[in-house]
Amino acid sequence: MLKVTDLKVNYGGIEAVKGISFEVPEKSIVTLIGANGAGKSTTLRSIVSLEKPASGKIEFLGENITGKDTDYIVSRGITLVPEGRKIFPDLTVLENLKIGAYMRKDNLTDDLNWVYDLFPRLKERHWQPGGTLSGGEQQMLAVARALMSRPKLIMMDEPSLGLAPLIVKGIFDIIREIHKQGVTILLIEQNANMALRTADIGYVIETGRITMTGSGQELLANERVRQAYLGK
Amino acid sequence: MVLQPPNFLSAQARTFDERKVSMDFISKNLPYLLAGISVGGQYALIAIGYTMVYGILRLINFAHGDIFMVAALVMVYASASFPLYVTIPLVLVSTVLIGFVVERVAYKPLRDAPRMSIMISAIGVSYLLQNLALYVTGGLAQIYPAIPLISNSVSIGPATTKVVTIVTPVLTVLLVILLMWLINHTKIGMAMRAVANDFETSRLMGVKINSVISMTFIIGSFLAAVGSMLYFTNYASVVPTSGAMPGLKAFVAAVFGGIGSIPGAVIGAFIIGICENIIKGLGWTTFSDAFTFALLIVILIVKPTGLFGERATDKV
Repeated sequence: MLKVTDLKVNYGGIEAVKGISFEVPEKSIVTLIGANGAGKSTTLRSIVSLEKPASGKIEFLGENITGKDTDYIVSRGITLVPEGRKIFPDLTVLENLKIGAYMRKDNLTDDLNWVYDLFPRLKERHWQPGGTLSGGEQQMLAVARALMSRPKLIMMDEPSLGLAPLIVKGIFDIIREIHKQGVTILLIEQNANMALRTADIGYVIETGRITMTGSGQELLANERVRQAYLGK
Repeated sequence: MVLQPPNFLSAQARTFDERKVSMDFISKNLPYLLAGISVGGQYALIAIGYTMVYGILRLINFAHGDIFMVAALVMVYASASFPLYVTIPLVLVSTVLIGFVVERVAYKPLRDAPRMSIMISAIGVSYLLQNLALYVTGGLAQIYPAIPLISNSVSIGPATTKVVTIVTPVLTVLLVILLMWLINHTKIGMAMRAVANDFETSRLMGVKINSVISMTFIIGSFLAAVGSMLYFTNYASVVPTSGAMPGLKAFVAAVFGGIGSIPGAVIGAFIIGICENIIKGLGWTTFSDAFTFALLIVILIVKPTGLFGERATDKV
């Protein structure tokens, strides 16, 4: 579904991504794991053109989308849940959801009901400004907002960052639930344990390069991965 | 107990006396108060342009006062050859067009540049417009046409004034209500608030931020054009620097109200307009401008975020 070939991206004067290639098959959960500064976020950001790749090719459903405008890429069916949630603090919860569907012109009632079913808490709080939600609720809102665009591929940048373990578990339950409903997921995480347990395919990124790949279970069992990322 | 009746009587007498004095004060100052409300409305229409652009781009659009002046010149030249029902729409459309082009040519290419660069670009546009106006007018004051209906005289109690004095606050309030509705209850308004919060995430939602920013300039220029017609109706002529003073006053109003806040800018503008004219009424006309700028200094020292400003803005 998504195919990244030899992607190189410069970020702040250094080469943050040094030629990585990976694929996200349709209906799968793929995870990129790695330490801080390995180039995970930069990779996701360049897929939606928030960073301009220096070279390489990004294809989505057979179409070359490298360097296209962000709104065009979003309209093709890719969405990014950004790092740090980035909900709009001055917009109400409902408006945050509506702006997630900004590109769409059809009726939103079904989708609102769908995300309210996934996140009942958001329905209770639909009139509150987004900025007044707790961290976990903001993460739910960020995911729900992304779903409102009816994406084919949803990319998540560290959804568990800064959240309590119980909430993290809830977020991963939601990720599995969304996946079950037919959305393809590309996940990047520092919480390698949770990410690999959830994912079909995992890639390990170190200093801008992919150093290992395998199924989630394989990587979980891999000695090097266990030492470097699982603290065992 | 014995002393109470006489005391009570004298208190009543005093109240009566005070009431007479205050009636006197009102009738003497009514024309100034009316003028103040009217000028306040005109400042408000300009101030909204400053505050909206600041809210989205964190830019103080120094060229805004000059766009206001250009609207007046368009009125002067267009009214020479067209009837009023053509002239007014023409002024509105061409001012909007100028605001749009200024943003696209002078600000959009600097979207990722440091904020100081775009501000200097704004100062450049301000001088460019003033000098273009100087070139076109040859430096001569251009007689501002009388707009029928609003240029007529009208009496309110003891005061005689132009109809525009009454029309301005009413029109201003209507336009502000319309604008607040647009911002709070339409899709483009929601996108404007989102872009004001966060450029990048808005882009991720598929919002075309350049269109949203253009829309902001279009609304600001439109209101400036309306303000220009109302403002210059009270003046005989237009010169290339005519936009500078009302522009600055409106800027002070926006800062006073809390830059970025539309209700703040409107309330700030009315307060400044009324205070200036009351000061004139007291016979201190010389100091009315000084008052406004002294107010700016005091506000920046005492409450830099203004009456309704965001709590955590980084100041320019």
